[in-house]
Amino acid sequence: MSLTTSTKFAQPLPLNTTSSRSKEHKLLFEPFRTNTFLGSTHKLRCFNSLSKSNLHRRSAIVAVSDVVKEKKSKSSTNLLITKEEGLELYEDMVLGRAFEDMCAQMYYRGKMFGFVHLYNGQEAVSTGFIKLLKQEDSVASTYRDHVHSLSKGVSARAVMSELFGKATGCCRGQGGSMHMFSKEHNVLGGFAFIGEGIPVATGAAFSSKYRREVLKEADCDHVTVAFFGDGTCNNGQFFECLNMAALWKLPIVFVVENNLWAIGMSHVRATSDPEIWKKGPAFGMPGVHVDGMDVLKVREVAKEAIGRARRGEGPTLVECETYRFRGHSLADPDELRDPAEKAHYAARDPITALKRYMIDNNLVTEQELKTIEKKIDEVVEDAVEFADESPHPPRSQLLENVFADPKGFGIGPDGRYRCEDPKFTQGTAHV
Amino acid sequence: MATIVGAATALSASKSFDSRKLHLPSRGSLSVSERKGSFLVVRSDGSVVHKAHRAQKLITNAVATKADSSAASTASKPGHELLLFEALREGLEEEMDRDPTVCVMGEDVGHYGGSYKVTKGLATKYGDLRVLDTPIAENSFTGMGIGAAMTGLRPIVEGMNMGFLLLAFNQISNNCGMLHYTSGGQFKIPIVIRGPGGVGRQLGAEHSQRLESYFQSIPGIQMVACSTPYNAKGLMKAAIRSENPVILFEHVLLYNLKERIPDEEYVCSLEEAEMVRPGEHVTILTYSRMRYHVMQAAKTLVNKGYDPEVIDIRSLKPFDLHTIGNSVKKTHRVLIVEECMRTGGIGASLTAAITENFNDYLDAPIICLSSQDVPTPYAGTLEEWTVVQPAQIVTAVEQLCQ
Repeated sequence: MSLTTSTKFAQPLPLNTTSSRSKEHKLLFEPFRTNTFLGSTHKLRCFNSLSKSNLHRRSAIVAVSDVVKEKKSKSSTNLLITKEEGLELYEDMVLGRAFEDMCAQMYYRGKMFGFVHLYNGQEAVSTGFIKLLKQEDSVASTYRDHVHSLSKGVSARAVMSELFGKATGCCRGQGGSMHMFSKEHNVLGGFAFIGEGIPVATGAAFSSKYRREVLKEADCDHVTVAFFGDGTCNNGQFFECLNMAALWKLPIVFVVENNLWAIGMSHVRATSDPEIWKKGPAFGMPGVHVDGMDVLKVREVAKEAIGRARRGEGPTLVECETYRFRGHSLADPDELRDPAEKAHYAARDPITALKRYMIDNNLVTEQELKTIEKKIDEVVEDAVEFADESPHPPRSQLLENVFADPKGFGIGPDGRYRCEDPKFTQGTAHV
Repeated sequence: MATIVGAATALSASKSFDSRKLHLPSRGSLSVSERKGSFLVVRSDGSVVHKAHRAQKLITNAVATKADSSAASTASKPGHELLLFEALREGLEEEMDRDPTVCVMGEDVGHYGGSYKVTKGLATKYGDLRVLDTPIAENSFTGMGIGAAMTGLRPIVEGMNMGFLLLAFNQISNNCGMLHYTSGGQFKIPIVIRGPGGVGRQLGAEHSQRLESYFQSIPGIQMVACSTPYNAKGLMKAAIRSENPVILFEHVLLYNLKERIPDEEYVCSLEEAEMVRPGEHVTILTYSRMRYHVMQAAKTLVNKGYDPEVIDIRSLKPFDLHTIGNSVKKTHRVLIVEECMRTGGIGASLTAAITENFNDYLDAPIICLSSQDVPTPYAGTLEEWTVVQPAQIVTAVEQLCQ
């Protein structure tokens, strides 16, 4: 597992420099001129031969991060992780996978309803980034949010229970699959519409900066990581927030989980320039492309990006090229994607890859990994049991949490605040 | 018909103008020429002063002033006199002084001072981060405000024009409105979204929107409309202090209303209506700019022997059913006068609420005068016919009280 094979860094173009116009012009347009993508059919053909998918990325690198150069020399002598780190990553990824597999079972068994989007195949991204975060750091997710929450520390019980629509769920059963939140763990939400989580994440990063610079909390170095997919990268909120985050040097990392498909829309059919990472430099921040099926590579990039944010050096855009092993949601028959494409990525399973790396490098034994797998199976079983046995939300919960201050329900004909009416506490009032 | 302007101005009342810079920026400009000869001056206490014919004189700003006679004596009265936009700023400034987590974000709120000068000077005082000039990206900076609110700040997001917030509708609805609930009560969104709205003076359809109807069905959001410098300041402060997301509706034609307000600190209730004029014969429920059309009509009605009760409902969501109900029980007749769209508007909701709660007290069907369901026309005459005019109010009351 060499670190540098498919990790590419692009540094932002110099801003506000006095360099000559012609030089800037050349820099700006070079990547586009050398892009091998010229037309939609060409793009499709190119992407079909997946082994060549890196070709088109070759020429657009503007600069290589010093950090990666440093890592490269290091990696020839040292391992990328310690045993403890490896076990932590492995456990988190196995948890993500086992949890999602269990979700599928429970969905088909009628224990959960609605749209359930599973994360299988993309675990390296969640684990690679979130396991480097502190509890105070924030994460904003999408509708595919179970595993981000788990990685961030929300218990499997709380997430499963939420999916079962039970009162013990992390959102009391009021959120559901696409709306996981945890104030304790700073999970700012699963956001179910494309792109809407990015501004919220940007706001959390703004808060960190505000606390440090306005409220003078010198030790506030909290970082926010915003996860979203390739489909989102054609949405205005993505561009608007890249601009604002770079403009104000906000401590945020934009992580694109490019799984190549937005439901049934192929990334290359939807995107004029499919190299998302290149959009970072356009806004004055580094853009990085990394193999999202390799947790160690993701982790190295994440370290650098999170470190930059924590040091107050501003945002980074990271494109993780990954793949989802299941359909868009459990309601998706997944008939459109080419079986050869699926097989190609299935062979690159991030969990298997990490396992192989650790065993090949004598970091762990098969037995140790088996122990983890067994432990996770128990955790997931326990989560299901817990969720199943948990009570449904009581009627009294219906009108709670509509307003943080229930006076928002207003004053009734009797002159008292309507929330003081016992019917409100019982949840039977008509609002 | 007498020319009615919501808050007409009297340039001759020079005392109200000489020391203040009233030149507002051109965006959504208030500068218009008086369309007709005679006009009315409306004071924010509701009294109406008829002004003599003024031929073709440019009215640079729409301002309701104190009557000339009272101007001389104001210096000795307690409190201080200011314009509505200054009252909003005073409220904002007091809250920013009081709580360092209160911050402002929006287009041109900082260095430019706000398109209607509500945030003028605040960036100099509090710095560029607390009074943040954002790029023109409504959906994203509103979402950013929500993210900031979730993580401990109390942002006030200014829509340069209320209509621009349509671009932020997703954030306002899904995240402002619902996120507290979907998160199981874990995250609070103490945000204020405010800005100038309503039908101005020939600003064209997009800048003359009546958006209350759009926002009112979003769960989890409170909506208030200010109409006087006094309640503008009080509601601004209350909205900032509220744990709930609040949309504060300001009206483009009311920013230059002048009023004397207390020197002492005060906060208005976000949920309470304001009794503007007690009366016996009919309850007139109104808010924002229409309050002044109602008060102009009230003058005529009084001359005709009617005694209308005028209530500025102020809280557009939820309604203050106590104040409204007490009035209905007294007068047994209800007229609603609003600038909102007729279909699915505030008036429609109010009608439903009154029918549900106080039907037995009604002696006549409720009449609801709303603006017309048309895109606000540019032409002055058409625009005037779009919103409710005082003569219609007089006729409606006469009809109700037959």
